[in-house]
Amino acid sequence: MLIVRIEPREFDTTSTQGARAHLRVLGLAAVVPLLVSLLLGGLIFLSNGIPPLHGLHAFFIAPLSDRLGLTELLVKAAPLALIACGLLFVFRANVWNIGAEGQFILGAIGATGTALFLVPQDSPFCLPALFLGGVIAGAAWAGVVAWLRAHLRVNEILCSLMLVYVAQLLLHWLVQSPWRDPQGYNFPETALFESSLMLPILVERTRLHLGVLFVVPAVALTWLLLNRSLFGLAISVAGRAPRAARFAGFSQKRIIWMTLLVSGGFAGLAGAVEVVGLTGQLVPRISPGYGFTAIIVAFLGGLHPLGVVAAALLVALTYLGGEAAQVTTQLPYAAAGIFQGLLLFSVLAFGFFSRHRVRFTRAVQRPAGQVLQASANLPANPSANSSTNPRVDL
Amino acid sequence: MLEISWLAIALTIAAASTPLLLAAAGELVVERAGVLNLGLEGMMLMGAVIGFIVKVESGSWFVACLAAACVGALFSQAFAFFVLTLRANQVAAGLALTILGGGLAAVLGAGYVGVSLAPMPRIPVVGSELHPWLGLLEHSPLFWLGLLVVVGVQWFLFHSRAGLVLRAVGDSHDSAHALGYSVLKVRALAIAFGGAMAGLGGAYLSLVHTPLWSEGMTAGRGWIALALVVFAFWRPWRLLFGTFFFASVTILEIYAQGFSLAVPPQFFAMLPYLATIAILVFLSSAYWRGRSDAPAALGKTFAPPY
Repeated sequence: MLIVRIEPREFDTTSTQGARAHLRVLGLAAVVPLLVSLLLGGLIFLSNGIPPLHGLHAFFIAPLSDRLGLTELLVKAAPLALIACGLLFVFRANVWNIGAEGQFILGAIGATGTALFLVPQDSPFCLPALFLGGVIAGAAWAGVVAWLRAHLRVNEILCSLMLVYVAQLLLHWLVQSPWRDPQGYNFPETALFESSLMLPILVERTRLHLGVLFVVPAVALTWLLLNRSLFGLAISVAGRAPRAARFAGFSQKRIIWMTLLVSGGFAGLAGAVEVVGLTGQLVPRISPGYGFTAIIVAFLGGLHPLGVVAAALLVALTYLGGEAAQVTTQLPYAAAGIFQGLLLFSVLAFGFFSRHRVRFTRAVQRPAGQVLQASANLPANPSANSSTNPRVDL
Repeated sequence: MLEISWLAIALTIAAASTPLLLAAAGELVVERAGVLNLGLEGMMLMGAVIGFIVKVESGSWFVACLAAACVGALFSQAFAFFVLTLRANQVAAGLALTILGGGLAAVLGAGYVGVSLAPMPRIPVVGSELHPWLGLLEHSPLFWLGLLVVVGVQWFLFHSRAGLVLRAVGDSHDSAHALGYSVLKVRALAIAFGGAMAGLGGAYLSLVHTPLWSEGMTAGRGWIALALVVFAFWRPWRLLFGTFFFASVTILEIYAQGFSLAVPPQFFAMLPYLATIAILVFLSSAYWRGRSDAPAALGKTFAPPY
């Protein structure tokens, strides 16, 4: 009888040999799930009557073949990276903010509201004020979740998610009734901003705007806060060992508040950048689901700020691919979700295979009377699992 | 005439509550086994699209519902593989399932957007022409199935041996393992059941509620079903109250438009979501928390000891 055994991997990373073996395993664990994802994606193309290689080419390579495609990649990666930077704080603290989409929308609303009603047009402070408006609105939306979670002990997964739908409806109401452009031929959009309230375009005849560069300081700030500050330490301890955090005197409530406010602020900033840099007005479809996709980006980037940048570029490519495939292969835009879902599954598979070894062994015939323990996953290292154990209390 | 319009309201509430009831009953079993599957939305969408396609292609209501349930169960096993075998984070794996399901359903259903169906026929009630209130009993078969599932789940969980094992697995997987029960097998089966019910709930949307297919037609019902399980304190009977309440709130929007109130329709549309939050707040108070019956091992990864 064939038995599948799952054993923890152990590497002696102090020796060069061990370190090399570790790297090799990490590489394999990363590449194999990605290849499987591509294979599955190809199969889905095939089942829709599209040659798999043609489909994958249209999805992942064709969009990058010209200058416009490359700049669009950056334009789409920027909001993802910004939101994901914020999500690093909550996820590392084991706080499950799934509602970044709503905070992004509120950021867009906040920036637009500031532009429409609060800012005198010729002030030099008007642009920063727009971003501030977005950050505050996004943080406030996440602050509702923080209040519910920290003081009323409501599950943050559900309430942050419910607030996404509320934010979307709020946006629809604003663009259809009170903020609709009176000269807009009844389209549900606000009036276009003055050009002084827009970010400059970096490359002629593309949509690459200055806001994309916001990612650089955002990533640096995130790295500093997470890896070089007491706040970052408190977050990591609270996420990995809540009891230890309590003994160390880190207030759980404070960590929930701070991480959610930071994460909402980042998502709000991304929403403001989208409005101020790209659309120049509030439109009903301001986000193609950036807030949800950023969750994938955060995990794909290994919950590390630099990893997030690479992951944002990769995931942005699925958006571009979705748009391109819509034209060349007649697949719906939502097909991007297939690759995004597969990517997230790949990350989870990576997390497993980089820490565990799967072995197929033949069962040893033992003398009668001795109990043979045959289970799908017998020996495991309980400590290797503790970091992946989320705290979920519904 | 007033009587008739109340009748119509009661019928719409029943109709709107069925998909929630089915999906929530399935998820309740999954959570009782200690697994939190956030992929409900994805499984519902898969069920909705497959049910619709199979109905259009085969013409049989029964085959369509069966296919939707099978696809939901099958799809949920991807989640099961990741959280059980690969011991992945349940929140992340559930989200991946939701996102993947949304994309997959959109691709599968791309050729069926704009196709319309006659809604599933209701089971006629003898003598319904005698009194309009008897018409209240005329529903699609899936509605009755939803009620049956709740009764069945209640019986299974609290009056059968297998249900006792399932609850043991959900409350303390280590003890269940030590007693010799296969934790992973029980959880995999529970997840499959949850997937099948979510698939049926989705199929109800695309076959009965609005007999057509459109991308993202579940509109967050999967997430509301998740909240309903909390609302019911993991007790199947209480799902009936929960779904009734949420369905009433949902259809308020439709009727508010009829009354031409000064409140914008978007605010009525917010009500189900806001009500969810309000109820979660209410239930999280110390009084109710003490009476909650949440499975102790909910969301925890099981790694068998030596």
